[in-house]
Amino acid sequence: MLYIVIAFLWTSIWLYLLLGGADFGAGIIELISKREHKSKTRHTMYRVIGPIWEANHMWLIIAIVILFVGFPKIYTTMSIFVHIPLTAMLLGIIARGTAFVFRNYDAVEDRMQSIYNRIFVYSSAITPFFLGIIAASTVSRKIDVGATNFLSAYVDSWLNSFGIAVGLFTVCICGFLAAIYIIGEVHSSDDRQHFIRVAKKMIVAAFVAGGLVFIAAHYEQIPLLDWIFGHWIGSLAIGAASISLIFLWISLSKNRAILIRLLAGFQVSMILLAATYIHFPKIILLKGGASLSLVEDAGLNKTIEALAWALLLGSIFILPALFYLIYSFEKKKGIAH
Amino acid sequence: MDDFLAARSQMALSLGFHIIFACIGMVMPFFMAIAHYKWLRTGEQVYKNVTKAWSKGVAIFFATGAVSGTVLSFELGLLWPTFMEHAGPIFGMPFSLEGTAFFIEAIALGFFLYGWDKFNPWFHWFTGVIVGISGLASGILVVAANAWMNSPAGFEYVDGKYTNINPIDAMFNDAWFSQALHMTLAAFAATGFAVAGVHAFMIKKGKNINFHEKAFRIAAIFATVAAVLQPLSGDISAKDVAKRQPAKLAAMEAHFKTEKEAPLIIGGLVDEKANEVKYAVKIPGLLSWMAHGNSKATVTGLDQIPKNYHPPIAITHYAFQVMVGLGMLMLSLSIIYFITLAKKRSWLRSPWLLNLFILAIPLGFIAIEAGWMVTEIGRQPWIIYGIMRTVDAVTPMPGIVYSFYLFTAVYVSLSIIVAFLLYRQIKMVGRIYDI
Ligand code: HDD
Ligand code: HEM
Ligand code: HEM
Repeated sequence: MLYIVIAFLWTSIWLYLLLGGADFGAGIIELISKREHKSKTRHTMYRVIGPIWEANHMWLIIAIVILFVGFPKIYTTMSIFVHIPLTAMLLGIIARGTAFVFRNYDAVEDRMQSIYNRIFVYSSAITPFFLGIIAASTVSRKIDVGATNFLSAYVDSWLNSFGIAVGLFTVCICGFLAAIYIIGEVHSSDDRQHFIRVAKKMIVAAFVAGGLVFIAAHYEQIPLLDWIFGHWIGSLAIGAASISLIFLWISLSKNRAILIRLLAGFQVSMILLAATYIHFPKIILLKGGASLSLVEDAGLNKTIEALAWALLLGSIFILPALFYLIYSFEKKKGIAH
Repeated sequence: MDDFLAARSQMALSLGFHIIFACIGMVMPFFMAIAHYKWLRTGEQVYKNVTKAWSKGVAIFFATGAVSGTVLSFELGLLWPTFMEHAGPIFGMPFSLEGTAFFIEAIALGFFLYGWDKFNPWFHWFTGVIVGISGLASGILVVAANAWMNSPAGFEYVDGKYTNINPIDAMFNDAWFSQALHMTLAAFAATGFAVAGVHAFMIKKGKNINFHEKAFRIAAIFATVAAVLQPLSGDISAKDVAKRQPAKLAAMEAHFKTEKEAPLIIGGLVDEKANEVKYAVKIPGLLSWMAHGNSKATVTGLDQIPKNYHPPIAITHYAFQVMVGLGMLMLSLSIIYFITLAKKRSWLRSPWLLNLFILAIPLGFIAIEAGWMVTEIGRQPWIIYGIMRTVDAVTPMPGIVYSFYLFTAVYVSLSIIVAFLLYRQIKMVGRIYDI
């Protein structure tokens, strides 16, 4: 039963990264686009993401609920020691979620629109940045449960070059996912060429940020290289991701929408797999060698069992409905034009 | 302000903000479903317009409710880690089911908002109903979690350890039914009166009368029926509290001395030092009757409860008075409305009736906030009643005060923007749906 719960947890994080990530990324692309492309990005994105917008962000809530019900120790340790970036991320979520709705539902179009847009694009970048920082803090061995002063307990746990590099990398990944996604959704070949260029830029940016992650890891004495290449799964995942990147680059120029989506999704999944598999079942590495584990620090059996049933039961309802939602809006798109 | 107080205030602020959006998100889909149904049945364009206008408003509330709820699910840990570490595995069941309910709600909302003219009309209507049902389910589930804090169940507490956990028993604790019933009715009454009042205002201004009258009627029926049932359900709650949480009941009533034939105290100023209520109206025996169904029964007073387990008395008492007072006002207005419908149709357009409904716009929401203050403050000093004290649950991180200031600023600005947006929506109704 425990492994069912863990699978759900991983899947929620994975889907949040892919779907939520593409969603954040759309804002990031809008942020870096020149004025004439901004509104194109905005409208395309609203058309395709609008119907599933709420659902994209539910994955985060599912992951959090799984954590606090099934793995309370992990949830509370994070809540205490990475309080500050969690709060920053929450502020980003509030700003982004409300700005998205405000700009699409304000009955009057006037100067307010540009304020909503600005809030939206900046929070689209800030939120995944802090998500990345939070993720980095779980493996950087900087969380010190015995710390006695404010800085070492609540700031050093997350504020370091490795965290910042992972944050930037996450932002780039989101932008990359969104660019790939939008390519399949625009119709004129000019637009398509534009978003292909954006996607290529994002790949380069992600590549550079990925390099920064390794450099920062080295600097912070985090044995990232050993972790990834010390185990065949890690090497395989990263190897597969790199090879598929080459395919992706080629298919981009040939503009095969479905294939490049699959490849991009595959890459990001491989990166997440490499990042999580290496330490499994440990999920938080603490300062001084201790760690929190999904297996040892799970809640009691009774709770895990109930949680697993609730999740299984839930997915019987949710998954078909979600697929039907995505499928029908995908199908109706043709008609709407 | 110290950090402990800041944490409590931040929690209260976030919940107080969320509840407004949650109630609207829970109830409006039902209003929409009725209007939508009428449109599908009669083909009258005005009903379609009502549905569409409402659904725009709901989208704003829904998203604001969703982000404030997301914040809450983190805040439980950010502010009360010790509580969550022990409570999470016990009272988590309703939260995990709630996750499913939210998800279904979000999916159905996607179909509903973006599905106009794209699907079979009845399928589209049905997705709207699903939004309502799953919203209601999530409300009930989360209240069941809160009820567990008032009436802990589903575990054994031995030597500071929580053993023998049974999440199902925890969910169906003694308080869940009375609280869930009362909360659901409250959501219908509050949202119903607020919506009806806004349309009453537009009727009075003489704009799009047909549109606003149809909308008013749907909202008013829900509101008034709920408002009539509300005091009955409140009575169930009060009896329940008397049994489970005598300290809370005593604080609600500012009932200092244990006595037989206890009087109901209305109004007055609470003096917590002198243990008395000044200038109050006292109705002999009524409290005994309300709490135990017998006007001779003994009601436990605060004198029976150790001082360090007293909740803040004055606030709890005042909040309770506000809730009950507003409940009575809403009940009276409902009765007037029923008389109008049955006997005096001509009153329907009379300015005084419309004015009463306009005045009632905020009442339900004020009552909801007051009711939650009763429940939450009346439970103090406990976070899990009788098991864990709130001070022992708070985060060790210093500086929560700044977090509180920050969230206050965010919530205040959000409220202003939402109000501004709604004002613009309502103002545009005439232009968009002019018929
Ligand atoms: C429209 C809102 C509204 C109205 C008119 C009333 N209430 Fe209420 N009340 C609530 C909205 C509410 C609430 C916000 O929904 C609470 C908070 C917790 C809960 O379950 O419901 C609540 C709690 C609450 C409690 C505490 C329950 C607990 O702690 O477990 C009691 C005893 C009552 N109410 C009693 C009444 C009575 C006797 C009313 C007579 C008119 C009344 N309420 C009207
Ligand atoms: C939405 C309606 C609610 C409102 C307006 C509300 C209001 C409040 C208030 C005023 C406090 C501070 C009490 C004090 O410190 O004196 C508080 C505390 C708290 N509430 Fe609620 N509450 C609501 C619902 C809930 C629900 C549904 C839950 C959990 C499932 C919950 C969990 C908590 C917790 C954990 C605290 C902090 C600890 C404490 O003070 O007891 N509340 N809430
Ligand atoms: C009495 C208290 C509460 C009630 C009645 C309530 C009810 C609701 C409802 C009906 C929604 C759906 C959103 C909408 O339709 O606008 C919602 C959203 C949400 N609530 Fe609450 N809630 C309460 C307290 C809480 C608490 C304490 C938490 C956190 C632990 C929470 C977490 C959430 C989350 C995560 C969402 C977003 C889900 C979505 O995207 O639909 N709620 N709430």
